[in-house]
Amino acid sequence: MAFRTTRRGAVAVTCGVGLSLVLAACGGGDDEGDDGDGAAAGDVDCAAYEQYGDLEGTQVTVYASIVAPEDAAHIESYAPFEECTGATVVYEGSAEFEAQIVVRVQSGNPPDIAYFPQPGLLQTVVRDTGAVLEAPEAVLENTQSYWGEEWEGYGTVDDVFYAAPLGANVKSFVWYSPTAFEEAGYEIPQTWDEMIELSDQIVADGGVPWCAGIGSGDATGWPLTDWMEDVMLREHGPDVYDQWLNHDIPFNDPQVASVLERVGSVMKNDDYVNGGLGDVTSIASTTFQDGGLPILQGQCWMHRQASFYQANWPEGTAVAEDGDVFAFYFPPISEDFGRPVLGGAEFPAAFTDRPEVQAFQAFLASPEWANAKAEVSPPGWVSANTELDASLLVSPIDQLAAEILADEETVFRFDASDLMPGEVGSGSFWTEMTSWIANDKPDNEVLDAIEASWP
Amino acid sequence: MSQNDPDRPPAGTGSTSTALDKPSPPQAAPAPAEGSSLWTGVLIAIGAVTLIGILAFVLSLVGVWTPEFDWPSWLVRTTTTVQKFSLMIFAIILFVVVMSLILLSVDRGRRIRSWVVPLAFLAPTGIMLVFGLIYPGVRTMRESLFDRTSENFVGFDNYATIFTQDIFQIVLRNTFVWVLIVPIIATGIGLIYAVLVDRTRFEALAKGLIFLPMAISFVGAGIIWKFIYEFRPDQEGVNQIGLANQILVWLGREPYQFLITAPWNNLFLIAVMIWIQTGFAMTVLSAAIKAIPDDIVEAARLDGVSGIGMFRYVTVPSIRPALVVVVTTVAIGTLKIFDIVRTMTGGNFNTSVVANEFYTQSFRQFNIGLGAALATLLFVLVVPIVIYNVRQLRLSEDVR
Repeated sequence: MAFRTTRRGAVAVTCGVGLSLVLAACGGGDDEGDDGDGAAAGDVDCAAYEQYGDLEGTQVTVYASIVAPEDAAHIESYAPFEECTGATVVYEGSAEFEAQIVVRVQSGNPPDIAYFPQPGLLQTVVRDTGAVLEAPEAVLENTQSYWGEEWEGYGTVDDVFYAAPLGANVKSFVWYSPTAFEEAGYEIPQTWDEMIELSDQIVADGGVPWCAGIGSGDATGWPLTDWMEDVMLREHGPDVYDQWLNHDIPFNDPQVASVLERVGSVMKNDDYVNGGLGDVTSIASTTFQDGGLPILQGQCWMHRQASFYQANWPEGTAVAEDGDVFAFYFPPISEDFGRPVLGGAEFPAAFTDRPEVQAFQAFLASPEWANAKAEVSPPGWVSANTELDASLLVSPIDQLAAEILADEETVFRFDASDLMPGEVGSGSFWTEMTSWIANDKPDNEVLDAIEASWP
Repeated sequence: MSQNDPDRPPAGTGSTSTALDKPSPPQAAPAPAEGSSLWTGVLIAIGAVTLIGILAFVLSLVGVWTPEFDWPSWLVRTTTTVQKFSLMIFAIILFVVVMSLILLSVDRGRRIRSWVVPLAFLAPTGIMLVFGLIYPGVRTMRESLFDRTSENFVGFDNYATIFTQDIFQIVLRNTFVWVLIVPIIATGIGLIYAVLVDRTRFEALAKGLIFLPMAISFVGAGIIWKFIYEFRPDQEGVNQIGLANQILVWLGREPYQFLITAPWNNLFLIAVMIWIQTGFAMTVLSAAIKAIPDDIVEAARLDGVSGIGMFRYVTVPSIRPALVVVVTTVAIGTLKIFDIVRTMTGGNFNTSVVANEFYTQSFRQFNIGLGAALATLLFVLVVPIVIYNVRQLRLSEDVR
């Protein structure tokens, strides 16, 4: 923490100095080459912004869970909007967003726009407070034109459309070290069975194939829910997946049980885990940020985690197809279901309906914003906006993620635990999966307990 | 202030200097009421300021409860600097008007009724108690009978959930274990330590060392001990970073998952609480030991009692009231324990306790009803201990 603060301090100082030297160079963009066609103030093509009208002197407040250092790119991505319309966007990030947003709404002090990190929380706030406003027509139009059709549903609660997606992430990735794979002569597995064969091969060669960490404060356990979801999509397909998250089948259904068993065959297999970190229980005591790091020391070979995990590799790690680390697509289990992809996104919903707020909400759903954000974002950000220019993304893994998201063949499904009711999706599902690992709680008891907690 | 008031009646003017020279309470300056008018004025002013506060509070409640209530826009929506300044000037004028009215009325009134003074003293406390403690308490109890949105009445369903579902059973079990172990061990160690270091050469230093953890917040202590318990496997190229596991490795043992291995992880969390609370127990008990009259100790010694016998038959019985107060105080603190569990395990790995679960349900799951039921349960559990604690405190005061 202290380290991070220092670094942040250093960035702030650097920025301050930079600002005093060249006004508007702050934020780390390259200010040589004024031909840059995006965020740098002063040379924005305002044509696309004329629809929003003149918003001079107005102000939009944004409240979100994204804090430093990731918030810098967000704040910077609003520059073209501010430049062209004259409105000011005031961004406020809080690590306590999930608890605070409800408090702020109930005390009559909501922000203009809040970025909900999961649709489940959006549902809760919509239903519990009734303070969220329906999205204006322009936002709906943008969503329908620039996103796949399933996305509109994720921003909809009880048949009312509230929010378009903001960024997106792809969770169906397995991180590995291309250089280490090449040295050992291992191939990237194309099916689940190949992946298990590879794991056995690694064990035979004296290694520990998998590493994982699920520690995440009071969200401990979530990486395992992602494992379940990925396997569910691949073993039983998107339809059963939808039934599962809508509780059309019970949580202790045999189909869910077979998924948990399959995840257990890897995650609770003492031969397979936990490379460089300990035995099975060490999965629970390791934070998710540290879960994949043993790959760099050659103590572990594979780590299933989302595209945003790239932010956790130490500085100087080459993230590339032929570099220190890269990720392969989590291979399919059954051929019947194509190439399913699991992912997540944030949803900006509004609490006020002033013209500048509606304009800003529409802007966030537009390709202009997606590309402005892509231009200023460090590695670890991608959007499912179909107009997103993937070449603007810095990191090859983000480009791969953007390609997968934009691919017409992809069957995209939203992170199920984010869509389930809060009692399950951010409650018992996490805690029971944690007990499953930490206390070796049997499969059937875990599923029965989650089923019992479904409201 | 009131002396400069031109409207002041002449009768009072004569006694002004007396009041200034001898600012004594009313009963000290007997017959003429004028001598005490300054004091009563101050009291009434306090009462009046409180009254304005209450008025403002009630008005704001009106605003909260009836959102459609139409406040004048210049009062609640100030956007420009001019508006803000005029609002400030309005507030100042309001204050001056109210204050001068009060001060005038003080000087007009000849004699203050006997119940006004105690009321002026009690009112602020009473009102804060009502709005800060009793009202939220009653409201919480009411909410515990409603569902997650506080809209639909569900009777005792929330309580039924707490007493029937597996995870809450573990929560109740853990709380019970905490309350059983922490007060007894902390008081026990504190007592033995206090006796051992009593009147030794290093008493101050020794007591200081044990008292130090008291100065650390629960969250701070939780983080420190989390590092101490940190687990790393015993493998080539992996270094231990936790003190406890490093000691185990030095002793040739396998590293141990202190925070994960249920149910023993509860004991390792409890150890942190004991570490903090022992200092408190030791300090209070040490003071009680020093207060044992010398003649009792001497008489016992003449009777041939020493060592363990002295401890068993003289020290412990003499400080029994202090012991009870320490045990019950620590027990109350332990029942409400939240920070240590929150920072060290977040309630995972079967370590949750009632207060932690209350937070999780209320502010993470937004299940207000269940959260309120847990809070009420905690309240019900604490009340008997508090009553016992207060009675023992009274008893120990009577003894002296």
